[in-house]
Amino acid sequence: MSLVSRGFRGRRQSAETAGRLPPGQYETRDFPVLSAGPTPRTPLTAWDFTLRGADGKSARWTWDEFVALPRQTTTKDIHCVTKWSKFDTVWEGISIDTLLSEAAAKGVASSPYVVARCDGGYTTNLPLADVMGGKAWIAFMYDGKPLPPEHGGPARLLVPHLYFWKSAKWVRELQLIESDTPGFWESLGYHNYGDPWREQRYAGDE
Amino acid sequence: MKKRATRKSRVDAHRVDGNAAAGVLSELFVPDLTVARAKCAGCGVTRTIGVLLVYAHGMGTVMRCPGCDRVVLRIARTPTHVWLDATGATSIAVPAPR
Amino acid sequence: MTSIGAAPKIAWRLTTVIDVIRETPETCTLTLDVPGWPGHRAGQHVDVRLTADDGYQTERSYSIASPPEASRLALTIERLDDGEVSPYLADELHAGDKLELRGPIGGYFVWDVATGGPLLLVGGGSGIVPLMAMVRHRDIALGADVAARHRLPVRLLYSSRRWENVIYRDELHRIAEMDPTVEVTHTLTREQPAGWAGFKRRIDRAMLEMVAWPASEHPHAFVCGPTSLVEAVAGNLVELGHQPVLIKTERFGPTGGAV
Repeated sequence: MSLVSRGFRGRRQSAETAGRLPPGQYETRDFPVLSAGPTPRTPLTAWDFTLRGADGKSARWTWDEFVALPRQTTTKDIHCVTKWSKFDTVWEGISIDTLLSEAAAKGVASSPYVVARCDGGYTTNLPLADVMGGKAWIAFMYDGKPLPPEHGGPARLLVPHLYFWKSAKWVRELQLIESDTPGFWESLGYHNYGDPWREQRYAGDE
Repeated sequence: MKKRATRKSRVDAHRVDGNAAAGVLSELFVPDLTVARAKCAGCGVTRTIGVLLVYAHGMGTVMRCPGCDRVVLRIARTPTHVWLDATGATSIAVPAPR
Repeated sequence: MTSIGAAPKIAWRLTTVIDVIRETPETCTLTLDVPGWPGHRAGQHVDVRLTADDGYQTERSYSIASPPEASRLALTIERLDDGEVSPYLADELHAGDKLELRGPIGGYFVWDVATGGPLLLVGGGSGIVPLMAMVRHRDIALGADVAARHRLPVRLLYSSRRWENVIYRDELHRIAEMDPTVEVTHTLTREQPAGWAGFKRRIDRAMLEMVAWPASEHPHAFVCGPTSLVEAVAGNLVELGHQPVLIKTERFGPTGGAV
């Protein structure tokens, strides 16, 4: 057991926010940037988004087509596994429900899991159920302004009910898959699902 | 997999040098890995691990090839383990003790 | 001296704070007593770990400011107002407190007199810390050997915001005054004192061309500071013909090292 550093308090939560914070989290007013690689700089003219089925059929949108889809604004608290939480973040984007129904109309069949693929190579995996039913978006506006590159712009996945590593930055594709496949952090010791309210940070957490 | 736009002229202010990973690498390897040479599985170039570009934050340490940006080594620390994925290095050569 | 390859596993150890000395308005030097310190090389760093009473832990890396010849370990810390660790180290810690650290770490960004010269040191902000360990080491190791000093000359280019932010200002002046083989050039990028005749801008290729050793001298170059400065300077040096293998970099990230 290591030394306790006299007088060191770390980040502390205040009493007012305690009820809103998942276990082990503290509130931040910043928006920390955590990246596993260089910030991609894909020009909008080159950007597209693909929803790909397990059988290879896909639906694809260019940037102009994408932002013409019916969009939603949502205000959510977000929780990072590194223990910061940020309240009332405002996002605008396309609900995954919208994308799934557009893709279904093009014959893209459903599968129980998805993997998000991103510029720069990052991946993360989720059950399909966790990106349906109004729980997830592809967000391209943050706080009323276009999503900046360091926070995942042009567009990122937004799945606020799970730890924020699941809200993959620079997302370009959601691939529907038959069997769950751990993504970048899930294959390196992090929890496969990542529910902040059950504090599922690491593999093996209940 | 979509290609990323080139960014050689941009500075990613958060990245640091391979040296910054020396501490966590010392939890896995006895010799100082930052003076070892690693062959990138992406581009095939062999470089001293000290020159790899490090993106490190609370989730883990990602070490990338300065030539092709592929991940060479990645490390995560959990309460019970230190995880290492070295599949991005075809080989690692550590200098023999003097 | 740490030998390559056969280094013992680096373990966390308890050190005792001897004193905390203010260097500039936002930096201070911690002097530590480290029983059983195995020795280090100039340029290496330590990881410091803090533990709160609820078990929460966090770590940061700090370059060692003291040369290998010093009897006590010194770390120079830059305090960031909204940092988690640096305000604790700068404001709270006092003599007698314990501090947990491990090291020395990092055999890549190191220099000792055996490596040879000429030596080109380029630093921004707190990037001066590991470079100062190199300057101090050289000063002690070469002692009164004037010939050796001439064989191992140093040019240091140091970027700071203002004169009051220059760390080790008086010591650098003293070393340069007493040793004609050490040239120190400052650039002050935000504000300069009245009568300042020196550089007033960020380090750029033209400044390096004027101040640094030419590539034909094959200097060993060490560049340290915020990532943006380090990458710009390293790029400029390569453009000026310096071989990449002779340029060693230590990026401190966006804040220049203070968190």
